[in-house]
Amino acid sequence: MAKIEHKGKAYEVDEDGFLAKGMEEWDNGWVDYVKSIEGITDMTDEHQKVIDALQEYYKKNGIAPMVRILSKTTGFPLKRIYELFPSGPGKGACKMAGLPKPTGCV
Amino acid sequence: MPKHDTPLLDQLESGPWPSFVSDLKRMAKKKDECWDILGQLELSYKDKITHWKHGGIVGVFGYGGGIVGRYSDVPDRFPGVAHFHTVRVNQPSSKFYSSKILRQICDLWEKRGSGMTNFHGSTGDLVLLGTTTPQLEPIFYDLTHDIGVDLGGSGGNLRTPSCCVGRARCEWGCYDTQAACHNITMTYQDELHRPAFPYKFKIKFSGCPNDCVASIARSDCSVIGTWKDDIRIDQKAVAGYIKGDFAPNAGAHSGRDWGKFDIQKEVIALCPTGCMKMAGDTLKIDNANCTRCMHCINVMPRALRPGKVQGASILIGAKAPILDGAQFATLIFPFIEMSTENEFPELKAIIEKCWDWWMTEGKNRERIGESIQRVGLPTFLSVMGVEPIPQHVREPRSNPYVFWKDEEVEGGFARTVKEFRIKHNL
Repeated sequence: MAKIEHKGKAYEVDEDGFLAKGMEEWDNGWVDYVKSIEGITDMTDEHQKVIDALQEYYKKNGIAPMVRILSKTTGFPLKRIYELFPSGPGKGACKMAGLPKPTGCV
Repeated sequence: MPKHDTPLLDQLESGPWPSFVSDLKRMAKKKDECWDILGQLELSYKDKITHWKHGGIVGVFGYGGGIVGRYSDVPDRFPGVAHFHTVRVNQPSSKFYSSKILRQICDLWEKRGSGMTNFHGSTGDLVLLGTTTPQLEPIFYDLTHDIGVDLGGSGGNLRTPSCCVGRARCEWGCYDTQAACHNITMTYQDELHRPAFPYKFKIKFSGCPNDCVASIARSDCSVIGTWKDDIRIDQKAVAGYIKGDFAPNAGAHSGRDWGKFDIQKEVIALCPTGCMKMAGDTLKIDNANCTRCMHCINVMPRALRPGKVQGASILIGAKAPILDGAQFATLIFPFIEMSTENEFPELKAIIEKCWDWWMTEGKNRERIGESIQRVGLPTFLSVMGVEPIPQHVREPRSNPYVFWKDEEVEGGFARTVKEFRIKHNL
């Protein structure tokens, strides 16, 4: 496991830059760090809404929501989610929200 | 990077088949990370276990798929493969290339990747094997700006469609498989690049039931060419086969002496429906009873051709075993028009109907074939707006657990026990 430093705080991450300990280590500094590497210029309420939806769903269900459930709960079509998170809901939003790395036949 | 000893892999350099080990060694002279590919593979041969870590999430901005991330679990010993991501590049229909574009891709890959490739992945993509995360965006930039090609699909989305060689050089193509494959790929770019489905979805195009891309086994939506009218017979050519002027199966069995061609034994008796016969010197086919299996056409390609009223059958739901067992695709539409000029409106309507339903009804990581198994074929047919026909089944059900809808039963399902007890007192 690698460590990255952002504004004086250290985070433990895997090779793909996902938080190794998940939401346990997640904080606003982490959001700021992911923003800098995932092609996001300004954090908006819409970004926050996606992150909140992902975290809430994960806390309740123990898995990340399917894409269409994320669209339904946030009201954002997939196109909007890519505008907000250029890497998409998995690599972009889940990483920023501190959820575990998506797995399977990706 | 230093060379590694590879005694086990070295054994694979002998024998007549082209050796991937020799190829890797040749490339290693130019790209020395190839020594580490060989080194890690040798270690896997020795340990009998993979040395790639679990998973890997990398990609390019704007897309949710196309690149398969991979990391070595022994990066200190083999730094050349510490990152070893795979880039899927969308291939041209039927994989016809000019040397110019291959040179461009090779130049790019030699500069930014390991130099190793897979021509092609099973789904059809041109696969560039092994590069590092920082190279991904530059590779994508060069591919799209300089070479004019895009990434293929990966993840819960439409995967890269592929097709047989079709009418490009096959006389049996019942529609233009290449045009269909290209048109569908271009139409559904969004579905291909940004995963929005419960799971992966593949489309494959075969020009005839020989199914040279194995669409019936390897695609969720299988488009197989066929015809509606009579097989075209050239009786003179039939006589030529009988006389021995033409080799049966275009000489495919010439490696062994199978005796003189016997049309009775090799064609008529092997017809699955027994709908053929010789009347004197004339070959007769009872086309109403022909299932268009292709056997007679395959044996006598100079004499027999598919009919003129051509189109395709649509079969849905093939998948590999995980989770609930392997499936071939199931016939849903026996015949649709495949109009290249109109850009395949019938096929697109079918694909979109499948997606509309499966995207709301499909469970997480459930292939459409499994969704159909779960809800039942009749439910799927009604979703697709198709009247059930005998062609939808190989045989009728043998169990009597038949569901009826309320409105199909006289009096409906609302009953009171009280009413029943008037006649059947306890």
